[in-house]
Amino acid sequence: MAPATSSVITLDINGEKYTLPVDHRTTLLDALREHLDLTGTKKGCDQGQCGACTVLLDGRRAVSCLQLAVAAEGRAVTTIEGVAEDGQLHPVQQAFLDLDGYQCGYCTPGQICSALSVIEEHAAGWPSAVTADVRPEAGPPPLSADEIRERMSGNLCRCGAYVSIVQAVARAAEERQAEAQQVEEQQVGEQQGEKRQAELKETAA
Amino acid sequence: MREFEYQRVFDVSGAVALLDTDPDARFLGGGTNLVDLMRAGVERPALLVDVRELPLNRIEVTPNGDLRIGATVTNSDLAAHPEVRRRYPALTQAVLAAASGQLRNMATVGGNLLQRTRCAYFTDLSRPCNKRTPGSGCSALKGEHHNHAILGASEHCVATHPSDMAVALAAFDAVVSYETADGPGELALADFYLPVAGTPNRETALPPGALITGVTLPAAPVAAVSRYRKVRERASYAFAIGSVAAALDVRDGVVHEVRLAFGAVASRPWRAREAERVLTGGPAGAEAFAAAADAELAAAEPLPHNAYKVTLLRNLVVAVLTELTEEAAR
Repeated sequence: MAPATSSVITLDINGEKYTLPVDHRTTLLDALREHLDLTGTKKGCDQGQCGACTVLLDGRRAVSCLQLAVAAEGRAVTTIEGVAEDGQLHPVQQAFLDLDGYQCGYCTPGQICSALSVIEEHAAGWPSAVTADVRPEAGPPPLSADEIRERMSGNLCRCGAYVSIVQAVARAAEERQAEAQQVEEQQVGEQQGEKRQAELKETAA
Repeated sequence: MREFEYQRVFDVSGAVALLDTDPDARFLGGGTNLVDLMRAGVERPALLVDVRELPLNRIEVTPNGDLRIGATVTNSDLAAHPEVRRRYPALTQAVLAAASGQLRNMATVGGNLLQRTRCAYFTDLSRPCNKRTPGSGCSALKGEHHNHAILGASEHCVATHPSDMAVALAAFDAVVSYETADGPGELALADFYLPVAGTPNRETALPPGALITGVTLPAAPVAAVSRYRKVRERASYAFAIGSVAAALDVRDGVVHEVRLAFGAVASRPWRAREAERVLTGGPAGAEAFAAAADAELAAAEPLPHNAYKVTLLRNLVVAVLTELTEEAAR
């Protein structure tokens, strides 16, 4: 029997299951674009240097041109097509639109997928190459323009829209921070409310 | 690209058994280098054994205080780990100085150690390269070699090892664990990469078919005051043209302990033992740091277009050790 150089695989993309036969040489990028008509993910250099093909794998950004499709089976893939929710643009998408974080738009899906991860990585406290003190005791660095530039350096923009890309990522990150703070305050408020009610109950008893 | 079989493995013994029977097989980790080399035609495996789901993705402190890093830990998780950031900050800095966020999320520790040189002739099938095709010659010697080795090279190959992570690991006396069909083994990082000599195609001392299972960093208090500094041709997302990993313990102005390793100057991360010897027990200061760098770099044999690296490394050593002296004084 000839060795199997292709397989039928099932990919989980944007929450949907797709079953397809692939030659093992097929990259995730080509599977998305050529087999599944999910052409939002773009092919730039096809060698991991430009970031145009960035998608999220299990919630983390990755370049789909160096990811074999067969090795992506069992992992949750999020492409630009899966970023908006219920017809509402994601805040990162809205920020890129509002602030002109692009010119021709070819690198934009990759920029946005990367930015989504940058914001989460920063929120998780990850340092970067420009973080002065990486020790955990130093706390997370503010997401300055320098930090954004460094963290987004895996995404090239040949139009040179970097100035507004940095602004868009900064705004989306601020919005996320504000939202997280609001949720936290709400939780604290609810806890205080519950405590108060318990106290009142105790007094009544 | 040659057609290939693909198999995913879930336990280490299954993984090494598969490679043991097939010399034409390769382990697939993050694939960030291997897939690229397969596309270029440099690597032509008939079977890929996907090791990403092996239970080797943990970082733990052992009972005697060592840090044990699993081989499939991603570069991102290594850099972000609180114990790494606290106890070996230069390792976090080295990993973060490498590649891009996307690639660090994919790349694994084991794969990082085994990545291949970025010498352009290595991936150019139309040109001779002793590392790719033994005996064909070295195109870099009389060609484009401004970012090639100045230490430990040979007339057969002047390529450098591209890893930043491995430079910090070299400074911290890392030990690489592996598994073969015959059982487990260990190699100190100092012995892991082979001297170039006449066989640049043979890069590591790993036995054939071995799977790297992890890297152990011995407890080293000196590493808490450590730094990785990388010089490259653009501000981010580029390979080094020179780098230094250093750790320093200064007491009353005297160097009590020092660790120094250089990147982008040799076929392997270059532990600067001569510089360490010169510094230990002597005064901490710019003059002493420069003298130590000179002692190490006396062995340098630069090529016509990379002599700048000698000065670059010397300046890097002085700058990083001066910064660490100041940091320790705070």
